Amino acid sequence: MRQVYLDHIAATPLDPQVLEAMLPFFRDKFGNPQSLHSAGQEALIALEEARLRVAQLIGAEDSEVFFTSSGSEANNFALKGMAAARRDKGRHLVLSAIEHQSILHSVKSLEKSGFSSTLVPVDKHGLVDPEAVRRAIQKETVLVSVILASSEVGTVEPIAEIARICRAAGVPLHTDAVAAVGNIPVDVRELGVDALSLAADQFYGPKGSGALFVKKGVRILPFIDGGIQEGGRRAGTENVAGIVGMGKAAEIARAELPERQVRIKTLRDRLIDRLPQKVDRVYLTGHRERRLPHQASFCVEFIEGEGMLLNLDMKGISVSSGSACTSRALKASHVLLAMGIDHALAQGSLVFSLVEGNTAGDIDYLLEVLPPIIDRLRKMSPLYTKFLEESQK
Amino acid sequence: MIYTDKVMDHFQNPRNVGVIKDADGTGQVGNPVCGDMMTFYIKVKDDKLEDIKFQTFGCGAAIAVSSIVSEMALGRTLDEAMKITNEIVAEELGGLPKNKLHCSNLGADALHAAISDYRKKHAAEQAEVSQEAGKCYCPYCDGPIEGLEGACAACHVDLEECPHCGNLTKKGEEKCAKCGADLEPE
Repeated sequence: MRQVYLDHIAATPLDPQVLEAMLPFFRDKFGNPQSLHSAGQEALIALEEARLRVAQLIGAEDSEVFFTSSGSEANNFALKGMAAARRDKGRHLVLSAIEHQSILHSVKSLEKSGFSSTLVPVDKHGLVDPEAVRRAIQKETVLVSVILASSEVGTVEPIAEIARICRAAGVPLHTDAVAAVGNIPVDVRELGVDALSLAADQFYGPKGSGALFVKKGVRILPFIDGGIQEGGRRAGTENVAGIVGMGKAAEIARAELPERQVRIKTLRDRLIDRLPQKVDRVYLTGHRERRLPHQASFCVEFIEGEGMLLNLDMKGISVSSGSACTSRALKASHVLLAMGIDHALAQGSLVFSLVEGNTAGDIDYLLEVLPPIIDRLRKMSPLYTKFLEESQK
Repeated sequence: MIYTDKVMDHFQNPRNVGVIKDADGTGQVGNPVCGDMMTFYIKVKDDKLEDIKFQTFGCGAAIAVSSIVSEMALGRTLDEAMKITNEIVAEELGGLPKNKLHCSNLGADALHAAISDYRKKHAAEQAEVSQEAGKCYCPYCDGPIEGLEGACAACHVDLEECPHCGNLTKKGEEKCAKCGADLEPE
């Protein structure tokens, strides 16, 4: 059976060159970068080279890059570390309503220690209005965090504009760029952000490897106390192979990004343009133009996402959904709800995200397989029956 | 795969999907906000479930649960069908993931709601008949009762007349089953 992987946002396939770069560090190059002997120094050199590659991908200095175990850890590190470093200046945070759970829950955790927060709403396309951020900033605000691009709906936020507002207000800005880095050009200086999170598994690198950019001079408290790794801010023996893999993936992404973007966007547009032609009452979620080049998300009316996901899986197609049933917490996606999509429609969420290697044939196969699945599930749905009865009247 | 083969079978080939236009009873539970919604339609003949159809908006587990509940209940008496519990449904499917167990609740609930709907309509018809015939029905099992005092012949519950509403209620209870008024202990 044809296998079509369309779940970039969950994990990208590992680039074979990345695997090759990593393998020696699982075998003979096992030294600890903190050791003074040559085995250790060999690992340290590889580690620092990877740091440089990651820095180059985002236009940063290598000294501004701190390795973490994931994008979620980078988000926790930024929120908790930066808020705590400035807590004597105030205890208020500003964030958007469509942040990742690792941001939302970090804020929840900070709220237990005396912080408060303001959620900035988004419009129906999932866009944050920079003016709304300006209005949300108070005298007490010590940190603003706005996602660079939502993996769930693909919308790319006006971070540079938000950064100008934050700078004028004297408040540092963090952006969760996990879904964006390696997939669209991201330059920390052009964006003007003070901190930025990224993860290797979003650009063909390994899982368990993320990083936080912290602009020189921006204060952040250590996230893991212990040794001197990562400038004493994130102790623990480094995941050398994972970091080397991230460095290699960053190097490849930097070189191939312009070409990759165009290629993947062409395929994505084939899906965005054709699916609504094939099936009635299917709605694109997120902004049509300002969106990640690999992301195409929809809400399919009258049915629930998991049923579609399972049926597609049986046809060899891997996708995601933001429906309540597919989430382990059984809650509909807060991102879709924040965009004003009602609960029933949000349950019909389907998220396609393309990877390198997908072909036009893959998209056409999906377009052939999905409509009958939707049709079958709709025939089972009491909501669809009700809709048909009402439209006959 | 997060589901057992049996769940996947019922999800892929659901039994008894559809609508009964002139159903004797319908039951709807859940709502799209929680992610699942089920509608059951039943036809009843000689106190047995002669036909069952369902429609479900929901996840794979919800669809599989609806399907197996309809299969388990078809041909059974109403009382037997009322005894189908969530646990039995989940067990019959070879287990469900922990966070999907609530779906099995919905399946049994939707069937029971359809039966209750039937009984309510049926009881209304029966009430009309019973007024003519001067008969009473046990509030616990709906069986006919001869005379007002005494025990129900069908379910053996000791009954007495509630002094507040005049309906029959179980002897020795603190509150009347019909009107909820406090009953004086004997």
